[in-house]
Amino acid sequence: MTAKRIVIISAGLSTPSSTRQLADRLTADAASILRERGVDVEAQVFELRDLAHDITNHLLMGFAPPKLQEVLDAVSTADGLIAVTPIFSTSYAGLFKSFIDVVDPQALTDLPVLIGATGGTPRHSLAIDYAIRPLFTYLHAIPVTTGVFAATSDWGDGGDGVRSLPDRIFRGAKEFAELVERTDRSDLVSDPFALDRPIGHLVGGLTGE
Amino acid sequence: MQFGIFTVTDITQDPTTGRTPSEHERIKGTLAVAKHAEEVGLDVFALGEHHNPPFWSSSPTTTLAYIAAQTSTLQLSTATTLITTNDPVKLAEDYAMLQHVSDGRVDLMLGRGNTGPVYPWFGQDIRQGLPLALENYELLHRLWREDVVDWSGKFRTPLQGFTATPRPLDDVPPFVWHGSIRTPEVADQAAFYGDGFFANHIFWPASHTQRMIALYRQRFEHHGHGTAAQAIVGLGGQVFMRKNSQDAVNEFRPYFDNAPVYGHGPSLEDFTQQTPLTVGSPQEVIDKTLGFRDYVGDYQRQLWLIDHAGLPLKTVLEQLDLLGEEVVPVLRKEFAKDRPVEVPDAPTHASLVTAKYGDQAPRQATPNANRGDNLTLGSPYQDTAAVEASQRSSNRQAGSAFGAAATRKEFVR
Repeated sequence: MTAKRIVIISAGLSTPSSTRQLADRLTADAASILRERGVDVEAQVFELRDLAHDITNHLLMGFAPPKLQEVLDAVSTADGLIAVTPIFSTSYAGLFKSFIDVVDPQALTDLPVLIGATGGTPRHSLAIDYAIRPLFTYLHAIPVTTGVFAATSDWGDGGDGVRSLPDRIFRGAKEFAELVERTDRSDLVSDPFALDRPIGHLVGGLTGE
Repeated sequence: MQFGIFTVTDITQDPTTGRTPSEHERIKGTLAVAKHAEEVGLDVFALGEHHNPPFWSSSPTTTLAYIAAQTSTLQLSTATTLITTNDPVKLAEDYAMLQHVSDGRVDLMLGRGNTGPVYPWFGQDIRQGLPLALENYELLHRLWREDVVDWSGKFRTPLQGFTATPRPLDDVPPFVWHGSIRTPEVADQAAFYGDGFFANHIFWPASHTQRMIALYRQRFEHHGHGTAAQAIVGLGGQVFMRKNSQDAVNEFRPYFDNAPVYGHGPSLEDFTQQTPLTVGSPQEVIDKTLGFRDYVGDYQRQLWLIDHAGLPLKTVLEQLDLLGEEVVPVLRKEFAKDRPVEVPDAPTHASLVTAKYGDQAPRQATPNANRGDNLTLGSPYQDTAAVEASQRSSNRQAGSAFGAAATRKEFVR
């Protein structure tokens, strides 16, 4: 059985970032749940910070420099996406949205997505549901119902004492793993240059095709 | 193999002087560039089409007709003609007219355009871009090949008993290229009709061009117009040259850094690595251009963009001198080496006339008399009935002995 391919996108701007830390925790839980079920996992992590110039050039030019193209190809052919962004001014980071804007609008169709977000206080946690989730549903991806928000306090003793961050990570990772286990998305690689509709079907009156 | 230039017709501030030319100055300048292209021995001049500032070329056939009168060998083309928002009837008329005044020195390249508002300005919906391109070209194709057309489609008012005048020169329509950056359906459209396919090539990585040309060649063979190697391929390119490579880089950098489209984006170094742009010596241009053949195969037409981003006229004319004196003569020789004999040249009016008529005299359309209401009586031309009869008996496009093109119902009337 071929391995399931998970791509992780982290839009944290500092190094190291709590956004990346959350991404790694989500990845670790999702991978271990899948492996317990006998599913091989390949995980590729990309920091958008490293691609910031390429993303801007793509926005201006309409094509991706080679390094960015590799990431776009990985995302569009993945079995699952873990997307984690800081919340800035009530929404996803601008760099995160810029990346999504250069992804082909069809490239995320049917893709299981686990959303993570980080912020200074828990008061921003609904940004996952009013800002990030609609973005993925618009693109016909499948975000799992649990999104994981980590406030600064979640990394210390000021976090939620009833539903702790590790609990929430596990819950989101489990929902995500269940979708990834079932999808056959990476077997259905889409080729943007493939001729889906030969001209005989587009111009009327043609026989023989 | 044909070599030439194509122009976007942008009017852009020269970033080194802060000066922006007027429309009139740029228009006159481009006419001088076209004439000089012939003087230095280039084969083709192709003109863009735009319908908003800061571009000036809204009326390509007017411009090309003037250039035709000022030149004697230059092949006139477009880059591109908007097949989506122009009325195919007017295109049929305008370009047949241009054929007559230029004695056949005309072909055209069709594209869908890259300026969104042009669609609504001309009463169309950009989401219908591809269906418009397909339907409009099917009508244009018929108007140039049938004296009398009955037609109805989705996007234009129907035609009953319509004749596009004048008939194409020698009853041979202009050769058509189809341009598209990454729409496979357009490569298939070009292949279906046995037309040429032109890859813009200049703002995009070579891998895109390679995929599109490979698809076009494969479909050209599929549709029965010849082998994949016989498909008619054109490529764009973009160059800036000085004798010394570093002089070229230093002089071009401010134009690159402030250019429309890619300015303030990637570095000149990244862009030259990722796209066909060459900034350097004539020898570097020769080397890079010869490399195009490695990923698209032997091809028929190479056009360069040399006059955009605010470059002054004097500089553009110097670029033409370098192309004509140092680059193109070498490329002609090198591209001819090891070129398989079955690979054709780009079609010209003369070659299309020979293909259609052999040693026979070409048809000269001569109308019947005005019956008094500004319409002709019966058939529009004295030989229309005979021409239609011969079309019925052959009932095929030239070169389409098999494949889907040979079984098209449209040609059965």
